[in-house]
Amino acid sequence: MIDPANGVDEVRDLFVTDGIIVEEKPGHAEVIDASGKVVTPGLIDIHVHFREPGQSHKETIATGSRCAAAGGFTTVVCMPNTSPVADSTATIAWIQERAAATACVNVFCTGAITRGLGGEEMAPIGALAAAGVVALTDDGRCVQNHGVMRRAVEYAKQFGLPLMDHCQEATLSADGVMNEGEWSTRLGLPGWPSLAEDLIVSRNILLAEETGHPIHCQHISSARSVRLLREARRRGVPITAEACPHHISLTDEGLKTFDSNFKVNPPLRTPADIDEIIAGIADGTITILASDHAPHAPYEKEVELDQAPFGMLGLETELAVFLEILLHQRKALSLPEIIALLTINPAKLLRLDRGTLSTGAPADITILDPGHAWTYDKNDSASLSRNSPFHGMSLRGRALVTIVGGKTVWDLESGFRS
Amino acid sequence: MTTTPYSWKHKDLCALADHSAEELLTILHTATAFKGVGERNLKKVPALRGKTLVNFFIEPSTRTRISFELAAMRLSADVVNISASASSLEKGETLLDTARNLEALRADLIVIRHKSAGSARFLADRLNASVINAGDGAHEHPTQGLLDAFTIREKLGRIEGVKVAIVGDILFSRVARSNIQLLTKLGAEVTLVGPPTLVPSSFSSLGVRISHSIDEVLEQSDVINLLRIQHERQRKEYFPGVGEYTARFGLTRKRAQRLKEECLIMHPGPMNRGVEIDSDVADGRGSVILDQVTNGLAVRMAVLYLCSGGAPLSKPDANS
Repeated sequence: MIDPANGVDEVRDLFVTDGIIVEEKPGHAEVIDASGKVVTPGLIDIHVHFREPGQSHKETIATGSRCAAAGGFTTVVCMPNTSPVADSTATIAWIQERAAATACVNVFCTGAITRGLGGEEMAPIGALAAAGVVALTDDGRCVQNHGVMRRAVEYAKQFGLPLMDHCQEATLSADGVMNEGEWSTRLGLPGWPSLAEDLIVSRNILLAEETGHPIHCQHISSARSVRLLREARRRGVPITAEACPHHISLTDEGLKTFDSNFKVNPPLRTPADIDEIIAGIADGTITILASDHAPHAPYEKEVELDQAPFGMLGLETELAVFLEILLHQRKALSLPEIIALLTINPAKLLRLDRGTLSTGAPADITILDPGHAWTYDKNDSASLSRNSPFHGMSLRGRALVTIVGGKTVWDLESGFRS
Repeated sequence: MTTTPYSWKHKDLCALADHSAEELLTILHTATAFKGVGERNLKKVPALRGKTLVNFFIEPSTRTRISFELAAMRLSADVVNISASASSLEKGETLLDTARNLEALRADLIVIRHKSAGSARFLADRLNASVINAGDGAHEHPTQGLLDAFTIREKLGRIEGVKVAIVGDILFSRVARSNIQLLTKLGAEVTLVGPPTLVPSSFSSLGVRISHSIDEVLEQSDVINLLRIQHERQRKEYFPGVGEYTARFGLTRKRAQRLKEECLIMHPGPMNRGVEIDSDVADGRGSVILDQVTNGLAVRMAVLYLCSGGAPLSKPDANS
């Protein structure tokens, strides 16, 4: 059993009663034998797109949550770029009701920073906070106006709501579709330079320092952004960052056959960027791992590369890619360290009462085998979409059982329970 | 005509980057054989009789479309031309659906020009028909690269060791990328010339030299290839204007006097006389601009023929 929040890494039993982790062994209990396996707090992914409402041909809260369960995740946080945008209490309530009715894992909402993700007018942040959003973000549409962003951070502080930012300066990224560098030069595709991320990361560091309120930089892709964050965190600036599986496992060379499954925002970059992101994960600069699970229908991706939408599936391959790269290939972190980045760290950032196996905590539990060798087949995906660059890839590490609130919702042998 | 030891086993030609030096030489040799056809009174061979070629030009083009059309006609293929405005793309049909419809009409070859890089490859991977790239965004224009190399080889007798300067808007140029791929594979020394915004340092990873001064390359070049300079809205942040461009990078009469006597002056067209090239220079000694156009036909005949499964051809050739 590994429970980083409590410093636990030992062989022992874990007891659950009525969906809560308890101290004492219950009288008559179902027994799950996890000997030889690893029991961890249910994994948390704070960056997913479940496309409801409005784009249910790509994914639904039901199908997205099944991807999460099959990937070992018991809690996800949805981005607000739905249709309508999650910038009102009505839409948040709709998502919450939908999740309660159809999701097999815990689904939390973020609210938009600005109305309609327009980057101009502040969304009703107080009302969104009251409705239960766990963070504010205009994910996918970075707030360009620094004045607007500054006021939003200041305003959100009174509710204790962190801001999460997709770091992309739009005049520098312009019409870019891939990393600006050797491969964009070869392929004649418009470049999206690291500089566009670095500039907004710098902006966010300054705003977090100025306001004393946390800003979280989403899906860091650039080496220089990691260095900027490292320096700022050393000074105690309340800035955090996350890394995604594709940004530590794939490079811009993946686009050499113009395969739109490799088109993602921010883009896949270079081996040097990967090295620095992994170094940043290992040294505590990047404290959270997330997928940016972004489903798109095959017919939407099957177009000219510059016209295809950005994004790739992530939840089902996330744990395996992180373990394959960070644990097995690079040996950059221990298993408990990786689990912390997938459980207690995201829970702390968003103040979720999860991510631990402490007595009294909700019984969200993942049983995994860090050495389980398997090959991902996108045709077996629980998603409505198939846009994965990891199709056919051999990976080590996989969730075996996913337990949400004391109930097994998925296991590798028999699949979903409902 | 005899069969060469070279080979071509592809149904498509999407990018010169995808092919080996041997394969590219196969096209050039086959083009040499086809060039003779164009010089005859009866300019037609039956090689593609019964085949249907669709010229699918979603971006405007006159020279390249007509060249492909004539090449196909000289090979006895049936030709249909489609422009963007005449296709269902305007009605919201996807590129793939439009192309699948062409295939359902039993098109054997689809020649595509499109503003998106990778669009030819995208179709080639999904269709049984042969797909020939006639220019995809800023990516490649393979037949232009081939006809440029063909012309250099024809005029100078070799490509290996030849010093080629390509001048202009390299960043947005598919002509430059195809030239770089082919010329470096065949051993030429390529220098890209233009302001740093249009010739960024990332090009050095392609095995070429970079210069930001045309005056630096005039004396040593064996070939100077001038690209069309445009100063539309989206280019205004890359350089201040045509006047400054001409002053710094134009092949003026004065600069042309510093070229080697046998230096070839090339331009893929359409030319802006007085901008990237002085009018006198375009028409003067060393200019092979119209030879390029003529050779384009032979190269395109070779490409259509080989991609349709024809066996490589060559004439006895002292330069091979």
